[in-house]
Amino acid sequence: MTTTTASRYAAEYQSLAPLLPGQDLPWLQQLRAQALKKFSAQGFPSLREEEWRYTNVSAIEKKLFSPSINRASSPIDTDWLKQYQLDDAWSVVLVDGYFSAELSVLDGLPNSVSVMSMADALVKYPTLLETHLGHAVDNAEHSFIAFNTGWFTDGLFVHIPAKQLLAKPVQVLHIATQADVLATTRTIIIADEMSAAKVTESFAGLDVAYLSAAVTEVFVGANADVTLYKMQCESEKAYHFGGTYVKQARNARFNHHNFAFGGLLARSDIHSDLDVASECELNGLYLGVKRQHIDNHTRINHLKPHGISRELYKGVLDDRARGVFQGRVIVDIDAQKTDSQMNNRNLLLSDDAEADTKPQLEIYADDVKCGHGVTVGQLDEKSIFYLQSRCIDAETARNILTFAFANEMVDKVKIKGLHDRVLEQVLVRFPQEGVEKSWL
Amino acid sequence: MLSIKNLTVNVNDKQILKGINLEIKAGEIHAIMGPNGSGKSTLSHILSGKAGYEVTGGSVTYQGKDLLEMPPEIRAREGVFLAFQYPVEIPGVSNIYLLKAALNSIRKYHGQPEVDAMDFLTLVKGKVRLLEMDEKFLYRAVNEGFSGGEKKRNEILQMAILEPKLCILDETDSGLDIDALKVVAEGVNSLRSPDRSFVMVTHYQRLLDYIKPDFVHVLAHGQIVKSGGAELALELEEKGYSWVEDTKAA
Repeated sequence: MTTTTASRYAAEYQSLAPLLPGQDLPWLQQLRAQALKKFSAQGFPSLREEEWRYTNVSAIEKKLFSPSINRASSPIDTDWLKQYQLDDAWSVVLVDGYFSAELSVLDGLPNSVSVMSMADALVKYPTLLETHLGHAVDNAEHSFIAFNTGWFTDGLFVHIPAKQLLAKPVQVLHIATQADVLATTRTIIIADEMSAAKVTESFAGLDVAYLSAAVTEVFVGANADVTLYKMQCESEKAYHFGGTYVKQARNARFNHHNFAFGGLLARSDIHSDLDVASECELNGLYLGVKRQHIDNHTRINHLKPHGISRELYKGVLDDRARGVFQGRVIVDIDAQKTDSQMNNRNLLLSDDAEADTKPQLEIYADDVKCGHGVTVGQLDEKSIFYLQSRCIDAETARNILTFAFANEMVDKVKIKGLHDRVLEQVLVRFPQEGVEKSWL
Repeated sequence: MLSIKNLTVNVNDKQILKGINLEIKAGEIHAIMGPNGSGKSTLSHILSGKAGYEVTGGSVTYQGKDLLEMPPEIRAREGVFLAFQYPVEIPGVSNIYLLKAALNSIRKYHGQPEVDAMDFLTLVKGKVRLLEMDEKFLYRAVNEGFSGGEKKRNEILQMAILEPKLCILDETDSGLDIDALKVVAEGVNSLRSPDRSFVMVTHYQRLLDYIKPDFVHVLAHGQIVKSGGAELALELEEKGYSWVEDTKAA
């Protein structure tokens, strides 16, 4: 290990570099070189950085996860996979950071629509990628982004042309199958004007320690409508770092639903830039048990007038779990008539659980309607009494209400197959007896 | 059915009920009327077991048992039902889930097996029709986004399905337009039976146009100051609460 780099990962990079996709694309080589340089100088974020003050990532540096260069993935149990893979969707499956043609389902895509692995897209659509990859995200933002840009091995590429409404959802399923593997992926979603699409990102892995580092860039064209779901069910030994960076054009709508269930240490960043009259809705649900640390960072940038943003993040934390929510809403001086509402609610089920919540409003315009609210606490006594008055004992009432607290977010999922899978995960945590699932 | 003897209740060390006496027999309908702040809601809360009230004296006997000793869910399973003035919204729990959980809690308490899924749906859908509700209501979250009328109707739906013995209607007419009031009243009337009693707590007499009480009691300053038949409500409507409040002072 040389003393010129702040991270052991940078020292290992040279053996990986020739194997990464896009070798023949000078712009990408340059982008990767810049990213490597930045990451080498900084290493992973430290607690000294304001955006990382609650989340210590030093274990990642100590562990030195490595990419699955030999692609020696374990055979995959298809029943296990069905817990995550949607039936009625076009799905791209990435195993340990690489596209699996065998597990992916892409039949029947309309000719004008592109859904494929990132490695394939770099061969097929290099020009489109040159003008998008790295354009919704800033490498200078934090070093996980630089890391992702330098290291990504594959990912998902989606392009929906103007006025196309996608009939089925697109799913990218990230699977980790090896101990100590590093899966670094980049996803690009481009929805041209007046198009509409639903995309789901799911993360799962076998019961081992691994590092999943995924960056997604979304470009929502004028009057286009994109809903992006994230279902994070990593193994309880895993590290997860996911960033979603969105550019919304005029009148573009973007909805994000972030379900953070797994991982020993899981961090998600969701940033969106809004243009004139764009609408952005961010929903989140995090459920922490044992010693899980789940961190969600959101940033909504109102850059132009008449934008609308709605945000609701809910957390249920038990045992010694810790949940972090940092939500920033920035209203630029030009963004008059912005209408923004941010809420974070936390339920603590044990004395040792912890919720750190930090909503931030930065308003530079003078004619706006912005609000935020935060709660950290226990269940509402009025609701408990209401259920008791309907014959239900207090303990069952608490169980039902805890489930309901989480289920409110599940209800917002409008893809049936995904709704049922997310519900399944919530029911593992908060089982409900004697009730048909279709009633929940 | 219910016997309240010299009941005194404090809230935050302030005496709200100052010696209530009331006898309710099976099949009777009692209306409790009174101005704001008279203690009407406190009385219905005390009967249903809501926390935050301190009973300082007296007794409440329900079917020969000490009601005040029972936790709220046991009272409910024994047949005491409170229709809330402000029904609570519970996002994330569907109406049908609540109804089934409630019904099965009662059945389990009485040593009966869980209700059969098909029988349950038939029962519930029948009651939904009775209250002129849309079946979709069953699958919506409990009271979430319901109008005032829908919430009250939902309370009566729960009552119709749980078949309680003592129904306490707390300001059920508040927030209802005349059409909703009629539907709710018809629902209540259809539940009248010789072994079921009702306590209607209300500020106005208009609910009593649709559900005719056997007895009317006027509550003022934490005491029942006057009792009579249905005609008392009309007299009250005409003369106003100051009439009975003055009576008491005299």
